[in-house]
Amino acid sequence: MLSTHHLGASFGSRQVLRDVTLPPCHGGEVVAVIGPNAAGKSTLFRRLAAILPGPGECRLEGVRDPDRAVAYMPQDQTASAVLTVFESVLLARKQVSGWRLEKSDLMAVDQALAALDMSDLANEILSELSGGQRQLVGLAQCLVREPQVLLLDEPTSALDMHRQLEAMRQVRRLAHDDGMLVLIALHHLDLALKFADKVAILYDGTLHDFGTAAGVLTPENLAATFRIRARVESCSQGKPHLIVDDAI
Amino acid sequence: MTDVHTKALSLTGRDAYQALSARRWIVLLMLVVGVCIALVGDLSTGPASYSLGDVVRTLVLPAKADAQMRVIVWSIRMPSALMGVVVGMALAIGGAQMQTILNNPLASPFTLGISAGASFGAALALAFGVALIPVAGDYIVAANAFVVAMATAFLIHLASLRRGASIQMIVLLGIALVFSFNTALAITQYFAAEQAVAAIVFWTMGSLTKATWPKLAITAIVVGVTLPVFLRRRWQLTALRLGEARAASFGIPVRRLRLETLILVSLLSAIPVAFVGTIGFIGLVGPHIARMMVGEDQRFLLPASALTGALIMSSSSILTKILVPGAVLPIGIVTSAIGLPVFLYLILRSGRDIW
Repeated sequence: MLSTHHLGASFGSRQVLRDVTLPPCHGGEVVAVIGPNAAGKSTLFRRLAAILPGPGECRLEGVRDPDRAVAYMPQDQTASAVLTVFESVLLARKQVSGWRLEKSDLMAVDQALAALDMSDLANEILSELSGGQRQLVGLAQCLVREPQVLLLDEPTSALDMHRQLEAMRQVRRLAHDDGMLVLIALHHLDLALKFADKVAILYDGTLHDFGTAAGVLTPENLAATFRIRARVESCSQGKPHLIVDDAI
Repeated sequence: MTDVHTKALSLTGRDAYQALSARRWIVLLMLVVGVCIALVGDLSTGPASYSLGDVVRTLVLPAKADAQMRVIVWSIRMPSALMGVVVGMALAIGGAQMQTILNNPLASPFTLGISAGASFGAALALAFGVALIPVAGDYIVAANAFVVAMATAFLIHLASLRRGASIQMIVLLGIALVFSFNTALAITQYFAAEQAVAAIVFWTMGSLTKATWPKLAITAIVVGVTLPVFLRRRWQLTALRLGEARAASFGIPVRRLRLETLILVSLLSAIPVAFVGTIGFIGLVGPHIARMMVGEDQRFLLPASALTGALIMSSSSILTKILVPGAVLPIGIVTSAIGLPVFLYLILRSGRDIW
């Protein structure tokens, strides 16, 4: 279980995250973190990953090894390193397993690549990949560490529609089948609606609302935070969809 | 069907990686052979030239060798030849790690002003007898060079810690440091006695001729101590090349790792410069050639850099003795002459890749 208490962060004199307390999040859930640009999504993730210092407290309970329980995928996936995809995923794996290279490490890398349907990219050089492919590598680098909490900062922003849905389906499978807690920052509200069990809206560094996707993605919330006129309606097949009418 | 397909694909990744690793081991082995050949070549060239076979016999069975040849090979040429190998290793490992921690392919002790700082420190001792470490005794020149080189490295580290410090800024700072030290060096030379100026000029060109067994031992110990430390942290250090954000996301304490690495890199850069003078571009070119051959994984990159650095130094040492008959050129001139075109090539090859 992940519980947060009054998380904050500031860059210089500018406070970018204020007093954020998420309701307890449990393993097996996909929690989407949404919000307009500069709402503090990335900052929240960096606070949760304990990379950024700041006021407040973030506690993990019921995990095997707190140091290895969390895998965080930052938004920036650029790299000029002369590493193959296989090597860079292996690199992520070796941060949490012993310094000696074991066969189990190589198998874990193969499995992570296969899980994201990217085994054919294994021998490509990292710096020669497209933005979307790099995001998949970033995801694989998280999966290969077999974490219990997955923090993904906009992992699908550069992926095509098919890859987005595939990646999200995989993320949801990890949560629902393997009991992982997944926090995922998303720009596409449709994906949040389709895949998230809970949604947190951040706005101006504070938590605006938290709850089920249907309960949070209300016309009022969307108008107040995203400045759009939008509504969730069921389609002819009875599935909920977000319909955006206009910017406000 | 899908399972079989997935299995086949997953085998490809692992097998391909193992094949790649095997190829890299072969590259390392070839480099070892290359360094050995260059070392023997270095031992055989000089005012008196010997055949490679004679040198090998003297090395393997010194008791049976001709007395004069034994003295020349073992006592006269061996310290400087081995010094060349060890200095090449130290500079190349230092350069590789500097490129790693600053995540910048243009970083090296030479381009960031650490070598220039060492030259200035040495010049202070040579010109005015100023000792930055009072107890240095016979090693006053080396000690001065070391102190200024370390101070320069820390200055660069402090600058890199500043908020918003970019890679470009660090490179520009390095250029500024090179110019600053060169100016300070010029001022020192202006006020120094004529004899001291000659000594400074010779020192700044770098030379293996003053190598001794104790100096060799100190340099070898520095390499012998730092290399295992780096190899032990190879996974963390390699991850730094993915960028600070990603390395931090792996749970790596990036700042502490950088600082600790920089201290060792400063040692690796300062000690050789302190003993043999300024030797340019090995720290830049060695790691680059190594990276082209074995990639970024430090398990291979570090040994390959060390061996490439040693190979360039030994080969350069041979050139210093045969380019001008009857004279030994300062080795710094030769390494710069080899390194500069490579450096230019690296800059011009691709504007985007460089930064």
